[in-house]
Amino acid sequence: MSSSLLLVFLLVLSAIAFHLGRRKALAVGRASGSPRSLHSRPVYYGALTALWCGLPAIVLFVLWQTLESTVIVRLTLSTLPDEIRSLPDASLGLVVNDIKNLAAGNSFGGIKDPAIEAAANYYRHLQDIGSLIQSGALTVIGLVAMVLGLSRISPKLRARNQVETVVRVVLITCSTIAIFTTIGIILSVLFEAIRFFQHVPLTDFLFGLKWSPQTAIRSDQVGSSGAFGAVPVFTGTLMISALAMMVAVPIGLMSAIYLAEYAGKKVRAVGKPLIEILAGIPTVVYGFFAALVVAPFIRDLGARFGISVSSESALAAGLIMGIMIIPFIMSISDDVINAVPQAMRDGSYALGATKSETVRLVLLPAALPGIVGGILLAVSRAIGETMIVVMAAGLSANLTANPLQAVTTVTVQIVTLLVGDQEFDSPKTLAAFALGLLLFLVTLMLNVTALYIVRKYREQYE
Amino acid sequence: MSQKQKTTIEKVNKGLARRYRAEKRFKFMGLSAIVLSLTFLGILFASITYNGYTAFEQSWVQLHVFFDPELFDAKNLLRADYDGLVKKSLRETFPDVKGRSQKRKLYGLVSSGAAYQLQDMVVADSGIIGTSQKVWVPASDDIDMLMKGHIDRTTPESDRLVKDVQLGWIDQLIKEDRLQMRFNRSFFTAGDSREPELAGIRGATTGSFYMLLITLLLSFPIGVAAAVYLEEFAKKNRWTDLIEVNINNLAAVPSIVFGLLGLAVFLNFFGLPRSSPLVGGLVMTLMTLPTIIIASRIALQSVPPSIREAALGVGASKMQTVIHHVLPLAFPGMLTGTIIGMARALGESAPLLMIGMVAFIVDIPGGVTDPATALPVQIYLWADSPERAFMERTSAAIMVLLAFLILMNGTAVLLRNRFERRW
Amino acid sequence: MGLYRPFAELQNMTTSESQLISRDDRQTVGEQFVEDARMTCRDVNVFYGEKQAVQNVSIDIGRHEVLAMIGPSGCGKSTFLRCLNRMNDTIDICRVTGEITLDGNNIYDKNIDIVSLRALIGMVFQKPNPFPKSIYDNIAYGPTIHGLTDSNSELDAIVESSLVKAGLWDEVKDRLDQPGTGLSGGQQQRLCIARAIAVEPEVILMDEPCSALDPIATAKVEELIAELRRQYTIVIVTHNMQQAARVSQRTAYFHLGDLIEVGYTDKLFTTPRHQLTEDYITGRFG
Ligand SMILES: Nc1ncnc2c1ncn2[C@@H]1O[C@H](COP(=O)(O)OP(=O)(O)OP(=O)(O)O)[C@@H](O)[C@H]1O
Ligand SMILES: [Mg+2]
Repeated sequence: MSSSLLLVFLLVLSAIAFHLGRRKALAVGRASGSPRSLHSRPVYYGALTALWCGLPAIVLFVLWQTLESTVIVRLTLSTLPDEIRSLPDASLGLVVNDIKNLAAGNSFGGIKDPAIEAAANYYRHLQDIGSLIQSGALTVIGLVAMVLGLSRISPKLRARNQVETVVRVVLITCSTIAIFTTIGIILSVLFEAIRFFQHVPLTDFLFGLKWSPQTAIRSDQVGSSGAFGAVPVFTGTLMISALAMMVAVPIGLMSAIYLAEYAGKKVRAVGKPLIEILAGIPTVVYGFFAALVVAPFIRDLGARFGISVSSESALAAGLIMGIMIIPFIMSISDDVINAVPQAMRDGSYALGATKSETVRLVLLPAALPGIVGGILLAVSRAIGETMIVVMAAGLSANLTANPLQAVTTVTVQIVTLLVGDQEFDSPKTLAAFALGLLLFLVTLMLNVTALYIVRKYREQYE
Repeated sequence: MSQKQKTTIEKVNKGLARRYRAEKRFKFMGLSAIVLSLTFLGILFASITYNGYTAFEQSWVQLHVFFDPELFDAKNLLRADYDGLVKKSLRETFPDVKGRSQKRKLYGLVSSGAAYQLQDMVVADSGIIGTSQKVWVPASDDIDMLMKGHIDRTTPESDRLVKDVQLGWIDQLIKEDRLQMRFNRSFFTAGDSREPELAGIRGATTGSFYMLLITLLLSFPIGVAAAVYLEEFAKKNRWTDLIEVNINNLAAVPSIVFGLLGLAVFLNFFGLPRSSPLVGGLVMTLMTLPTIIIASRIALQSVPPSIREAALGVGASKMQTVIHHVLPLAFPGMLTGTIIGMARALGESAPLLMIGMVAFIVDIPGGVTDPATALPVQIYLWADSPERAFMERTSAAIMVLLAFLILMNGTAVLLRNRFERRW
Repeated sequence: MGLYRPFAELQNMTTSESQLISRDDRQTVGEQFVEDARMTCRDVNVFYGEKQAVQNVSIDIGRHEVLAMIGPSGCGKSTFLRCLNRMNDTIDICRVTGEITLDGNNIYDKNIDIVSLRALIGMVFQKPNPFPKSIYDNIAYGPTIHGLTDSNSELDAIVESSLVKAGLWDEVKDRLDQPGTGLSGGQQQRLCIARAIAVEPEVILMDEPCSALDPIATAKVEELIAELRRQYTIVIVTHNMQQAARVSQRTAYFHLGDLIEVGYTDKLFTTPRHQLTEDYITGRFG
């Protein structure tokens, strides 16, 4: 039975349990006088029975699904001859892949090693047995638990409270997922990053001026070659983000001011949803636009004035990223400006201030914390933005302050280091996680600061 | 005293002209900012539409094929030389083509997919063996580009992908009405391909669909449950504060970091299948959860406390109050947040690059564990291809993606306006 | 002008009749006009969209007088007050008809400049609304935008004199660079008054300036109003009839958008001429 079918089967079983539980509760209620004599309404007995039936089985199902492949691979490997088993981890991984492929029935190339074929057969055999045991075990557990649940039904059983407790536990679990995600992120990047820093000293990474992971691999001179100096990557990221902010902040802020203070009701009613839709344009679209239209345009423009512009110039990427961020800045500033109480405006107008004076001298200073918070969030976005730079910025890590040259960014490097078939252990791939760790920490700092500022700002006017 | 008043108002009046000029300037700046950003977006949409709309049409060439019985082995119809059939038919159409290089140019008129098409025809109906058929097959991408005007006939031959002899043949085919533009159905029904004229978005859209299905199934219930707990049950304390900070921060964590998480946890630790929509869906779930939780909490907050009090007042339990009264009222808001989250997941590509949903995959995925790619990633892949014809397809795929997104976001906005209630 | 009762008739009514004017009669009675008026209002109507908030109000505002406006909530006092310096222009749906003059010039005239008008007619709001800036910058805001000073020392002088006039100088002179929002409610309101008089307006409009203040702060503001009257013309909206009695020379009573009665303050509160006025001041009105 395939796993999704099994899941459906379990759900159906639970539905049956619900029905039976409710029926039994009704019967019990009638037997002991009136339905009123039951502690809870019959639905709750049904729900409780369904939980009895479904919950243990589903927990087991999830555990099984996550552990099955590891266990089977272990068992299969143990049947292999010693000389294969003693291979290094990386090659062993390839062998495992071969076995899996063979077992799945798609045999590429001419692997005719009988040991591996035998292993593949054994693997398939284990898989079959496993899924048989799983189906059987789950069905039995579900049925037994259902019968148990049914037998517990009595007028005194506090079904509603028990169901509510279970639901509560489920709710709490769901709300903690955010925390586990954060922990997951930290652990997954931290471990690999630590392994990276065993190859390359932290100081070399943070302060080294030369970044060329490709050559490092080839010359087999990992740590000592100094090719993992991330400074050019940082400066590239900073330059593109700075360019983006130079475009986005003035345009976004001025647009927001116009929408909030000058535009009529109708324009606003159209404008706001439009901005929301614009904010939803995928970045891959901007990236394509940058590579297709903007970069060639800037290059040709430069050529006309005799300036040589790289076709992957930081300028093009930064410009497009800025355009991408405009709606973001706009909608945050709009919220923030609207949050400034009308009394501030009235006070200023009553003194004879013009609209622009009111905006510049009263509203903006009053809204400043909120706007700064929004800009910090936007910076965090620019730093973490991937597709635009992957498509429009370069790969070579130039240490330059010239926006007309190609630079690279943290996200571009993560993508190039990880996309494609790499062994998972080389410093090259590990470097991606080190960059990822850095990216996470920097954006975390920006986000938390920004959220704190914005929250304080909101409270001020509540 | 009256003298002094006079001077005050005089001073005010003296500055007026300057101040109104400043006012005008400022207003103009605001207006131009809006116009500027709209112009950018106008150019974006225009250039994508301009580059992409032609992809919905495709050039087809009519071949006269004789399915020579000698070529076919009844036991193995798949093995016949279909390529030869196509070539023969082309040679017969233009009998005076001589020499290898000329012939190669001739064969370059039609797509390599033509052979597969003949194969499909024979497999579907072996009765056509021995007959002559008129078959429309896709033209090669260069010819297609020429027909669509993307290749200029006036450029010198050496710089042109379509040579002068080919132009002659094309003109002849056009005259005989054997070269036509037709609606490009295969763009919507085919998977990816190395040949632009055969490549379609079906595989990518199916992958996106499976991925979003997983995301929706997981993130909506979990997001709503989390929001309900935080808003209705949890007491305000350090723990819930921590959860809240986490959620708000996760909403702003770069998406590529979620990709790293997926790579390290789902692929390497749990050993889930690489490139599968399942893993993509899991990553997207984690990524969209904060959005959904935040939107759902706002929806719950907007349900007035009086309704909860009324329900509690008639003896409903806290849980019953929430399920019977609060949730139905908050539902439209939650749905809106979910749609927006889904739209974001649909457009997102960076994390998918990390978990291998970026491979060249021809087959259309049949389930959540099959290798697949997603629509935005397909766009990224095509954008990297050098052929001019892929640029057209990239733009067309973007148009499809944007249509989906505008549909989803528009629904969300409508839904919100429709159900927005003022208590 | 035919709508108004002849002055003599009004005199007659006040002196000879002990009978109160019935509730249904919505024409204004009393001393609504004065000689040598600073501002005059004739047939003022105000609409919010379709809804009319003020109907046919005609009244004069005299030189160096304090005019109090009282009336039940929602009767249009604030709306009418905001017409006097065209603050209603900031509300999109608001429309004003009729004629309002300042020193003989119609303030709704096309070539009247709203900026200089508001420099002449200042306003203080119900809730203190200091800008989130320092105390000094709050006061300096008006003079700066209008370019009233040529040097910093002049500005310092204006700030000081305004704060002195508002009776706030001694309390804040040591912390002029601290935010105005950090002051107490009463101090904030006096700061707002100081801010208004820093541009040396001729008329000051006050919309319930004391409603957010405790009795002591209220007393201070009332003292201040009495002081300011020597130099400025003041129109004050209040819900507190004792306050109206304490600070004003004339009082106007509004009811559901109509100006019902205007009278010298001591008279109006002791011998109202209109039934509605009497209902209100004796507390019979809801
Ligand atoms: N911005 C507005 N838009 C629409 N209607 C308004 C607006 N402001 C006031 N109104 C209406 O105009 C009428 C008069 O309001 P106004 O604020 O002038 O009353 P008020 O006498 O000042 O009352 P209060 O003593 O409570 O301050 C009210 O019915 C009110 O609902
Ligand atoms: Mg009022």
